[in-house]
Amino acid sequence: MDAMYREHILDHSQNPRNYGTLDEPVTIRREEYNPLCGDRLTVEMRVEGDTVTAVRFHGHGCAISQAAMSMLSEAMVGKTVDEVKQLSKEDLLDMLGIPISPVRLKCALLSLKAVKAGVYGVPEWAEDEDE
Amino acid sequence: MTSTATISTTSSVLDVERIRADFPLLQRVVNGYPLVYLDNAATSQKPTAVIRAIDDYYQMHNANVHRGVYTLSEEATEAYEGARRKVARFINARSYREVIFTRNATEAINLVAYAWGGANVGKGDEIIVTDMEHHSNFVPWQLLAQRTGATLRFIPVTPTGQLDLAVYNTLLSPRTRIVAFTGMSNVLGTITPASEIIERAHAVGARVLLDASQLVPHKGIDVQVMGADFVAFTGHKMLGPTGIGVLWGQRALLEEMPPFLGGGDMIKEVYHATSTWNELPWKFEAGTPSIAEGIGLGAAVDYLTAVGMDKIHAHERAITSYALERLNALGGITLYGPPADRRGGVVAFNVEGIHPHDLASMLDQRGVAVRAGQHCAQPLIDHLGVTATARASFYLYNRIDEVDTFVDALDAAKQVFGV
Repeated sequence: MDAMYREHILDHSQNPRNYGTLDEPVTIRREEYNPLCGDRLTVEMRVEGDTVTAVRFHGHGCAISQAAMSMLSEAMVGKTVDEVKQLSKEDLLDMLGIPISPVRLKCALLSLKAVKAGVYGVPEWAEDEDE
Repeated sequence: MTSTATISTTSSVLDVERIRADFPLLQRVVNGYPLVYLDNAATSQKPTAVIRAIDDYYQMHNANVHRGVYTLSEEATEAYEGARRKVARFINARSYREVIFTRNATEAINLVAYAWGGANVGKGDEIIVTDMEHHSNFVPWQLLAQRTGATLRFIPVTPTGQLDLAVYNTLLSPRTRIVAFTGMSNVLGTITPASEIIERAHAVGARVLLDASQLVPHKGIDVQVMGADFVAFTGHKMLGPTGIGVLWGQRALLEEMPPFLGGGDMIKEVYHATSTWNELPWKFEAGTPSIAEGIGLGAAVDYLTAVGMDKIHAHERAITSYALERLNALGGITLYGPPADRRGGVVAFNVEGIHPHDLASMLDQRGVAVRAGQHCAQPLIDHLGVTATARASFYLYNRIDEVDTFVDALDAAKQVFGV
């Protein structure tokens, strides 16, 4: 029953890292919404020079979407904006390290969608990708 | 956790084991467990009789309807129109001419919103819907209001998940053109006091559309007793195939209405400048219809009739009461909707500390299929003050002990999440 709900997933979803609101200055703020399940996620980043120095996120969602955003937020801090742009679906799935069924892929990728749309500054990013 | 069942898991008004034998899909094993299918409000499984009727049509009788004079076309027409007559009898329509086949309930409602609404609703008029509608009985009216400048009004939902009829009284006025509401909520399971709502609407001269997508499959309907002007429902939730829905309407209204979609089969005479319309019901059935699906729906109606709608409703009521009892006993569960005697076989709920999507994923690992999300009813979900719920919904082939499997799986999910 718990193939998807391993300890690290539950840990990240129940104690999400970088959860909350970022104090100013906030360089990038992006909200994404999944109308199928009602999940809503806002990610905020502070960029100093080329580097992401702080990340916060808030919103609500399932354990998969929350854990994914939590892990992603940890991975982003210290990376340059260009490096964040290079983060792929595969990178995120590697971080999660669990089998994700096609139906739940949207949950996992909501975080990446928010981050990518934020750093690229375009809302259409996700539509161009083969999810 | 073991069951503390006080209700026998075998006694029922229905011979459930015999019914289950008619549904091949129910034999499936999912993730190593026997399937427990509890998403009947979304769609039902299909009995062999329905699958065979569709198969038989394509293998033996496939031809277009209403056109050919050869044997196959006559057979196809007879089967398709025969299905329409079966549906008419099933809902006790005065005439088969009042039964229009559509693609689904959504299309049936859109048909009324466009064809009737376009001719009868204007600026300053009011349309009343409810806060517990499926999007299918909400968005078409919103679009109509936007097109015409009419105003949309909402009957609110009470804390016990019922329509607030006191507020409804204050919304009704001579400006009310139509009241569109559900006979049974797809989220809360609420069976609404339809006759009362219809009478009050008629008292101010308004028309009524009843969304019976959940009501017809689980309780049946007598359209003459009900007294609505339009009734919409869909085939796939009542053991039939997808791609076939029904609009029933009062004949005089349907006669007055302009057509919805234009094309073949809905016309009588066509000239460069103008055309005249076919008779009912074909005036509203442009293009080649869903022939096999219509025939399949006819077979579904035969099946439901043979079992008996009263028995099906009683069976679901017993299962639902038991499910509510067991969920209450489990603890940490929020249940939405009215008490068991006011609802059909639908139970929406949340488990404290577990997002409904995670819950549905974990139940799936035990072969239990439930819905999670907003159930195409965002205004209602907003009203409940949540972002999503899980939902279990029952039908004639569900065994009472499947509730135990479902609740035990919930309990196991709670252990995994430590809640």
